[in-house]
Amino acid sequence: MLRRARTGTEAVQPATATSETSAMNKPTQVSLPGFEQWRQDFDEQLPDAREIRNRSGIVIEPLYTPRDVAGDYEDKLGYPGQAPYTRGIYPTMHRGRTWSQRQLIGLGLPEDYNTRVRRILDAGANAISLIPCNSVYRGIDADKLDPEILGTCGTLINTVDDMTACMEGIPLGKISTAMNDPSPFTMLAQLLVVAERRGIDWKHITGTSNQSDYISHFVANHMFFRLALPGARRLLVDHIAHARAFVPGWNPLSVVGQHMQQGGATPAEAMALTLSSAIQYAEDCRERGLDLEDVLTRFTFFFDISISFFEEVAKFRAGRRIWARIVGERFGVKNPKARRFKFHAQTSGVDLTRQQPLNNIARVTAQAMAGIFGGLQSLHTDAFDEVLSTPTEEAARIAIASQNILRHEAHLTDVIDPLGGSYYVERLTDQMEEQILDVIARIDDLGGMYKAVEAGEVQRMLGESAMAFQRRVDDGEEVIVGVNAYDTEHEMDIPVKPLPRPPREHIDRYWQRLADYRANRDPSKTDRALDQLVNAANDPKANLYAAVIDATRAEATQGEIITRLRDTLGDGQPLIVP
Amino acid sequence: MPEVMINTRPARVLVTKIGLDGHDRGSRVVAAALRDAGMEVVYTGPWQSIPDVVKLATEEDVDVIGISSLATDHLLVPKLMRALQEADMAHVGVVVGGIVPDDEEAMLREAGVDRVFHPGSKLDEIVEFVRRRAGEAQQHPERL
Repeated sequence: MLRRARTGTEAVQPATATSETSAMNKPTQVSLPGFEQWRQDFDEQLPDAREIRNRSGIVIEPLYTPRDVAGDYEDKLGYPGQAPYTRGIYPTMHRGRTWSQRQLIGLGLPEDYNTRVRRILDAGANAISLIPCNSVYRGIDADKLDPEILGTCGTLINTVDDMTACMEGIPLGKISTAMNDPSPFTMLAQLLVVAERRGIDWKHITGTSNQSDYISHFVANHMFFRLALPGARRLLVDHIAHARAFVPGWNPLSVVGQHMQQGGATPAEAMALTLSSAIQYAEDCRERGLDLEDVLTRFTFFFDISISFFEEVAKFRAGRRIWARIVGERFGVKNPKARRFKFHAQTSGVDLTRQQPLNNIARVTAQAMAGIFGGLQSLHTDAFDEVLSTPTEEAARIAIASQNILRHEAHLTDVIDPLGGSYYVERLTDQMEEQILDVIARIDDLGGMYKAVEAGEVQRMLGESAMAFQRRVDDGEEVIVGVNAYDTEHEMDIPVKPLPRPPREHIDRYWQRLADYRANRDPSKTDRALDQLVNAANDPKANLYAAVIDATRAEATQGEIITRLRDTLGDGQPLIVP
Repeated sequence: MPEVMINTRPARVLVTKIGLDGHDRGSRVVAAALRDAGMEVVYTGPWQSIPDVVKLATEEDVDVIGISSLATDHLLVPKLMRALQEADMAHVGVVVGGIVPDDEEAMLREAGVDRVFHPGSKLDEIVEFVRRRAGEAQQHPERL
């Protein structure tokens, strides 16, 4: 069983390629005559001071001073856009370009999505996202399922025609599209076919397959886990290879620490497990003969931002430094672009409360600030009503406004890495780094991330951390305003009503459309493409993702494609870890 | 009926997720808490069908079924309640935990759900409720 990282300031000996980090981070003993006096005064006036630990278990001191700052400035921090990138991955950071405001969107039928996304583009957004219905996540066509749960959490997208309707009037090739598109990436295949039909060259298509990290799904929520581990592993590498060859502006991989943290991992564990997953994917790409100097430039990351403010800032700064070293030292990659730790972040839904939901606006603001100070490239702020229902439009508007208020009114982006140099933040960055390296070393000892999740070790770590946190909340050790402290009896009237579920007649209309799609296609063409898909699945040398695109072009539905792949490569079933 | 239920054996609870969603942190934490409180817990993980749940609940002779829902799968619970009735399992307690809007909570209660636990519920409160409801199920004439 894995030992969870629960160390304080002492006794962490990372055993990775960056083992000198620990020694480098050891604080120097600067002589500060006033310090002893302060310590004495503090202990006298607060004799039974409670020990405070952050969520990752690090003991937090009441004061940090030059005594806590360690190492050479240029080695450890340097400058934005320069290794080790602690202060940011670009020279201009948020001064040059703030961040993409990418809110998740997906609801109802394709035409419902289209209406909403056009409204968002009219309001000035420059990037869109597309969240499919849970039926798509499970790889089952909509006409095989109960109507009650269709289109309630995302858009029904089973065919190329559905994607055409979603993207009606939207300038593909000029707008970046983030897709919640799990393996075998049927939504991207549909998008590419729509582009072909419109005469748009694939090289102008930009965006991200932001749910391609099958490991995090297998570990943390099974949400997008449709094929058994070996099949998912192969398809990801085929997808990356195909995208690098034919869709050069596409990010085929986003490694999702958010799942790990929402699934229960502490911030340090979540960062470590994400980096271990990225190491696994890089090794798998190298094994296939892909050039890491090129492929690693397209690795992106996606994290959770909890409300543990300084811990999150330190998590991002430490993660950025570690990734740059892993890429350079562990993989020997020289390309500076490959060492940049590009990440999207989303404020944590787990921290939001159902009680007094307007309080969530304050929580999301603090979380967003931590992400901004952490140097993110893209931000999703949660709507305050997410804990009640799928977000309403008004709540989503407030979430976007909060970002703009932080940027313009609060001037958070005037200075790059503004918390850099804080004795506390630098010390905490070092300590988070040590914890993260400790967990990465343990995953390495287990044979890497793939083996560790196959054995259920990572799942166990998350389960234990989730339980430990819930116990802290239940015991009142973690104070949650309006839940376990302060005015818990007060009931707040919510000014907005939850979104209505799609009416039954809409679902009937959709089912009819899906039936027509199947009836109107050339069945011999579709069948042949699906047979070729199976052949490709049985041939380890074939690029299986190319066959997925061909089958999509031949008007196979997503459910048909996934069913054939499941039959051949194995169904993805959750591993139940007690 | 005695005023205080005396459980004749440890409470047996099925913790499961029906429908399509796979987010299982809540169900895992609750299953572990019930187990730690001495109950016998059958945990299935996500994606169960309604017939599967009824079959498992019958075979395992459970007292309470806990359904975890994050992404609207609770909308299937009324169908589960009807299926339990048809299988003569109406005496089994059913609790739902997760993201459930108020008006839909009313719909679930009408369908016969004993209790809906929202985010922010204390584990002890859930454990206590399940223990009490399991006692009632065990005392039910269907069982004696």
